[in-house]
Amino acid sequence: MRHLLSAADLDRAQAVTVLDVAEQMAATQRREIKKLPTLRGRTVVNLFFEDSTRTRISFEAAAKRLSADVINFSAKGSSVSKGESLKDTALTLEAMGADAVVVRHPASGAPHRLAHAGWTRGAVVNAGDGTHEHPTQALLDAFTMRRHLVENATGADLAGRRVAVVGDVLHSRVARSNVLLLNTLGAHVVLVAPPTLLPVGVEGWPCEVSYDLDATLAGAHGDLDAVMMLRVQAERMNASYFPSVREYSRRYGLDARRVGLLPDHTVVMHPGPMNRGLEISADAADSPRSTIVEQVTNGVAVRMAVLYLLLAGARDLAPAGPPADEVALTEGVLP
Amino acid sequence: MTARRTVLEAAEIRRALTRIAHEVLERNKGADDLVLLGIPTRGVTLATRLGRRLTEIEGRPVPVGSLDATMYRDDLRRQPVRTIAPTELPDGGIDDKVVVLVDDVLFSGRTIRAALDALSDLGRPRAVRLAVLVDRGHRELPIRADHVGKNLPTSLSERVRVALEEVDGTDEVRIESDAAEVSA
Amino acid sequence: MTSTTAGTTWLVRRSRVLGGQPTDVLVENGVVAEIGPGLSAAGASVLDADGLVLLPGLVDLHTHLREPGREDAETVETGSQAAARGGFTAVHAMANTDPVADTAGVVEQVWRLGRRSGWVDVRPVGAVTVGLAGERLAELGAMADSAAGVRVFSDDGKCVSDAVLMRRALEYVKAFDGVVAQHAQEPRLTDGAQMHEGAVSAVLGLRGWPAVAEEAIIARDVLLAGHVGSRLHVCHLSTAGSVEIVRWAKGRGIDVTAEVTPHHLLLTDEEVRSYDPVFKVNPPLRTAEDVMALREALADGTIDIVATDHAPHPVEDKDCEWAAAAMGMTGLETALSVVQHTMVETGLLDWAGVAQRMSAAPARIGRVADQGRPLVVGEPAHLTLVDPAARWTVEPHTMATMGRNSPFRGRELPGQVVATFYAGHPTVLDGKLAAPRPSTTPGRDA
Repeated sequence: MRHLLSAADLDRAQAVTVLDVAEQMAATQRREIKKLPTLRGRTVVNLFFEDSTRTRISFEAAAKRLSADVINFSAKGSSVSKGESLKDTALTLEAMGADAVVVRHPASGAPHRLAHAGWTRGAVVNAGDGTHEHPTQALLDAFTMRRHLVENATGADLAGRRVAVVGDVLHSRVARSNVLLLNTLGAHVVLVAPPTLLPVGVEGWPCEVSYDLDATLAGAHGDLDAVMMLRVQAERMNASYFPSVREYSRRYGLDARRVGLLPDHTVVMHPGPMNRGLEISADAADSPRSTIVEQVTNGVAVRMAVLYLLLAGARDLAPAGPPADEVALTEGVLP
Repeated sequence: MTARRTVLEAAEIRRALTRIAHEVLERNKGADDLVLLGIPTRGVTLATRLGRRLTEIEGRPVPVGSLDATMYRDDLRRQPVRTIAPTELPDGGIDDKVVVLVDDVLFSGRTIRAALDALSDLGRPRAVRLAVLVDRGHRELPIRADHVGKNLPTSLSERVRVALEEVDGTDEVRIESDAAEVSA
Repeated sequence: MTSTTAGTTWLVRRSRVLGGQPTDVLVENGVVAEIGPGLSAAGASVLDADGLVLLPGLVDLHTHLREPGREDAETVETGSQAAARGGFTAVHAMANTDPVADTAGVVEQVWRLGRRSGWVDVRPVGAVTVGLAGERLAELGAMADSAAGVRVFSDDGKCVSDAVLMRRALEYVKAFDGVVAQHAQEPRLTDGAQMHEGAVSAVLGLRGWPAVAEEAIIARDVLLAGHVGSRLHVCHLSTAGSVEIVRWAKGRGIDVTAEVTPHHLLLTDEEVRSYDPVFKVNPPLRTAEDVMALREALADGTIDIVATDHAPHPVEDKDCEWAAAAMGMTGLETALSVVQHTMVETGLLDWAGVAQRMSAAPARIGRVADQGRPLVVGEPAHLTLVDPAARWTVEPHTMATMGRNSPFRGRELPGQVVATFYAGHPTVLDGKLAAPRPSTTPGRDA
């Protein structure tokens, strides 16, 4: 694999490898000297057609900690909606010798186009496209879950764990990537949302669906190990997805009472940015079982792992197995 | 067709490690401030064994850790991407310690070069020494081992394989070569 | 196949008329002069058509020629050349040009451009509403009375969604035997829609385009047409549900006809997984179940015709991300091959059935009097010779259309148009464009 466009690009072994490498990356980030020389001389472009300071900073930190040169290209502006800008921008980046392009775009599939239309040779990392996917977010969520829910995490997946993903699934790239990745890692996913905020066709997803948050939290789909709240935009109210913010919050918001329904070990997650008081109350967000701040920290380690696996080797994301005892012996064998 | 030739058997590996243990203690004048760091994968196994021997001889524990140098290599782009093994330093750290790097085979010297870089990001040892089970020659950098289990003259077309009980189920060092090249 | 000596008299040897037994056809002065085995004619150009199938010239009820206004996408000249290469002898040019074909002036301009080009009979379609805005009726009568003699009216690309306006249009065109061709798309249900709403759109995160948005309008329109006793034509049917509604309406005696595009007979929404905008089209590609229902309906006559919805776009309108891309596909030069592939080779239609659905029926719906006629002596010689044994790989840059947006790019298809005769004049020979019909030739459409 040359790109990371969808969580579905990863099989179980690859996904576990990313998490394992991220674990080692996280270890380096607890040291005094956090910078590694690994990607020295390589160029990573953050191509953001949509504002997302948190995601951009996370990728920027990841690339810089690996010593890559980072170019931030914020293409948000008057001409974004027109297609040429993606192609022409890609051609510009190609001319500048980008080894990897981290792309955030409001149109679903834009990273896919970038990777496959022949506009650039660099590795493309999807940093969130429209209402499609956000695979590195799913990886950092899985990483966070594995740390909290699995002992001897290295090499392990999330087999048998139960995760509820609650909120605006219809418009959520985070939900799509999480359903795919968690399923790959062996976890059971329950989507909880009002029917208006679930896509037609969700029946085909590898997960269960619930309209009743209280029942799900209380164990209707088994004891939950993690509850992930999705951001809900108040503007959806105007398009009649739900009658009012108050009603949404009452039926699908996570508050202290609902947290009380959960088993003791269950973690509460949110990809951010949160709407406190809408999908999650302050006491739920700030409770000891909340991993929301930790998710941000883990984001850097996971993105370091992705950049490392895509850029460090001669080929692709597939690991070459355990490190060879001596490397020089294969020199000259590879092109 | 691959030709295989065993050059060290279990007993010889055991004797080589015992000898290295004594050399290390003699050079260091005891076990004070010693830290063994194995280079994954088999270097870590050897460091653990060596640490056990030192402990037996000295009667007190010698700290053992691991040092993965993958992210410091200068040949990453010539290889398929590698997974990264843990780097685990003993509790006392490495500052002002005498670090003995332990690896199975010394060849081009590039792994050790990367390990020295990795080490300098982790702390400042008083001295760094190198112990290897096999030195097969063909150095590409000005690096030499302080302690060698066996010097093994090889041709560049040959491969040195170290098998260890804990990883591979058996103790053995062998040389492999493609039959055609052997006859040539 | 070889052709010898030039002339206005053509002897087509040993072709299989509508796929029947080999026979000879003599074309003289623009009409079929003689049919039978072993014909000879002194001075006639001879076309050896052994193994080829002879069809009446194809008639497309749904073509976007883009002129006037978007000559960067297609012109009447290039579009009608593409039509000739595809075996067509008449096309209906849709009204969504710039300016919109909503006045006698614009439809006459398009009609004249078609006459001057001379590759096919270009029949302008008039807009139903002024500027396709869906607010008030365009001057339908003036367009009908113009030199273009418009009989088909459509806001194609946009739906006449206002029920009252649709009712009035259906009623009004009865005065001159016109037909309203509806682009059935409920606008509120398809606001921002990008692809068929279903399993694939859920995965791809593209705004869904529900089947019901098409079916609800068709249901309303057949009831309206029944109520006021008017003719209704439904453009590009794309769902199994639409088929059911049309079947029900026909069973009730409602005067409704329907078309399906070649791409909806072959492609499904699975293609969208590539995010390649060449597969972005309105109505969207649907599911495999829909495709099978459309084929079956075309075979049993519920769907009357195949129409291309040929929609060329300049490269830059497709060379971008999905959401920014224009909707539409080229189709004139692949239509017959796709129909052979999906309908003939599957045993659903024979060649006579193809002729009915791609020539006779569309000509009747569009009231093109001299086209889609039976292949008998005395009829105008609008003819298409196809080699059903040929196989070819679709390469958009070799096509006559300016559009490079063929969804069949790289695909091997059966059947090649070897020759097209437009009123006895060969516009295509040896599979290549020959020459347009000289404008001095006396035309039957004058």
